Amino acid sequence: MRKNSLIAYLRTKRVLFILCGILLIAGTLVLAFAWSAGLIGGRITTQTFLKDTPKTYPAGYRRAHGKGICFEGTFRASGKGVPFSIARVFAQQKVPVAGRFSLGSPDPYAPDNSTRTVSMALLLTADDGEQWRMKLNNEPFFATRDAEGFLKQMEAYKPTPATGTPDPARVAAFLKEYPEAQKYVKWDATAPWTRSFAGAQYNVINSFILIDKNGKKQAIRWSMRPHAPFTSWSVNQRKQASHDFLFEDLKKRLKKGPLYWDLVLTLAEPSDPVNDPSQVWPENRRQIVAGTLEVSHVFDQTNGGCRDVNFDPTRVPKGITLSDDPVLAARAGIYSHSHSDRVREIGYGKATDAVGKPKNDNPKNK
Amino acid sequence: MSRKKNTPSAPPMHFNITARILHWLMAAMILAMIFIGLGMMTSLTWRPWLLNLHVPLGIAILLLVIIRFINRLSFSVPKMPASISKFQSKAAGTLHWLLYGMMLALPLTGWAQLSAGGFPVKLFPGVNLPPILPQSPFLFALLHDAHRVMAWLLFFMVVGHLSAALLHAWVYRDGLFSSITWGRKMINKSEEPSARAAE
Repeated sequence: MRKNSLIAYLRTKRVLFILCGILLIAGTLVLAFAWSAGLIGGRITTQTFLKDTPKTYPAGYRRAHGKGICFEGTFRASGKGVPFSIARVFAQQKVPVAGRFSLGSPDPYAPDNSTRTVSMALLLTADDGEQWRMKLNNEPFFATRDAEGFLKQMEAYKPTPATGTPDPARVAAFLKEYPEAQKYVKWDATAPWTRSFAGAQYNVINSFILIDKNGKKQAIRWSMRPHAPFTSWSVNQRKQASHDFLFEDLKKRLKKGPLYWDLVLTLAEPSDPVNDPSQVWPENRRQIVAGTLEVSHVFDQTNGGCRDVNFDPTRVPKGITLSDDPVLAARAGIYSHSHSDRVREIGYGKATDAVGKPKNDNPKNK
Repeated sequence: MSRKKNTPSAPPMHFNITARILHWLMAAMILAMIFIGLGMMTSLTWRPWLLNLHVPLGIAILLLVIIRFINRLSFSVPKMPASISKFQSKAAGTLHWLLYGMMLALPLTGWAQLSAGGFPVKLFPGVNLPPILPQSPFLFALLHDAHRVMAWLLFFMVVGHLSAALLHAWVYRDGLFSSITWGRKMINKSEEPSARAAE
């Protein structure tokens, strides 16, 4: 009998009104969900940055900096970072390091003379179990003040099909919106290209905050400053270089002995822009050598080791925290998608070349 | 439960106080968690912050759902209203157990996923949980996908659960909804008007 009561109720307007109300509540939740997931509204999400990853991209490789080599090493703290941060890495005698050297190109098969960007990524694990993940580039600063600028830059510099070169009007429009990018464009055009991973200085670009034992905060950036001298190559030398010149050079040098970099912390003054990775701080800022990294040997990235590691620079140990640099925050999500996408390909057995399996039908051979 | 002495033959009108508190607390936490998770996966700005919230909140949900399980099994629960058919009541019961299962599985797959991916499971700065799985790309991929699919499923289950509950509260008014709140069952509204007013 009671089952029929629903029908009776439905006949009255009041119930219709209530049903609309319930539908509205449920609908609002679903819409909020869809918007948060980036399915509606067209907001820029961290997935937007990876949408151009070609469908034919070789499975299992990183979506950026695809060509790389794993390394193992040791970080030895100097103790000079201790007054600024309670992180164990600044006090511990020897911290094991897993890392990776890579080229800036997304293409895992790129020739070494195709990009000026070289990178070092690190994962330090202190004896208290805290991890410090870093991603450093040889570029001294980021091109734009925020992550959206990166997307716009890619868009503006995309070659037009008609001419094969970027559309000058779009480039001009981009530079007007992001005037700071001029500095990067100029640096890119004039700074010498490094001829070796060993002599390059790797910079963190983003800002971080150190926390000392009293909770006092100090904004910093850091660099890995090489012990090996910087060597550059002329345009001619570069053009004639072999396909894997930089990686061969690295292996050759490590056969003779370890390579070293000093971890140099640059301390910000209160007036320095902490939240803008496109701005460098003045040269005279106080610097501290917090320790030295020894890179002892390298091995192929297909073996694992660094292959499945997400060098997400926002994973910092206790005693270090993130600044409000928007590019730093954006990297976390973008790295996460890149990492889970490729690890999924490896995990589900879709990757071949990236895990060192025979390359039957990978795009390189097409 | 202080109000009425429940003789074994008469099931309670409400879920016990622990169940009711846990229900509403976890409702808020789970709904928040789903949106924190989505924000984490899409936001350009908030990911590190949301991730630092996601992990401790997930572990809190894991602990609470264990307490809830034990509580649910230890105390008798209100009977379904007479107007609900046997089939409906069975289906509703199954769905509730499925919801409990999700509440347990989501934190566990999250924890396991971080373990398999080699990530620290950061409760607070300096306090990490131990890994519960070895590092493995296969396990990471599987758990990452499972976690996401289950989170989506749970969201739609929660929306369905909420819609059905509101239907009972506002349309049927059969006392089903009030068994998880602090109000009196509507079905008994004819009797003891003074006692009702006293609440």
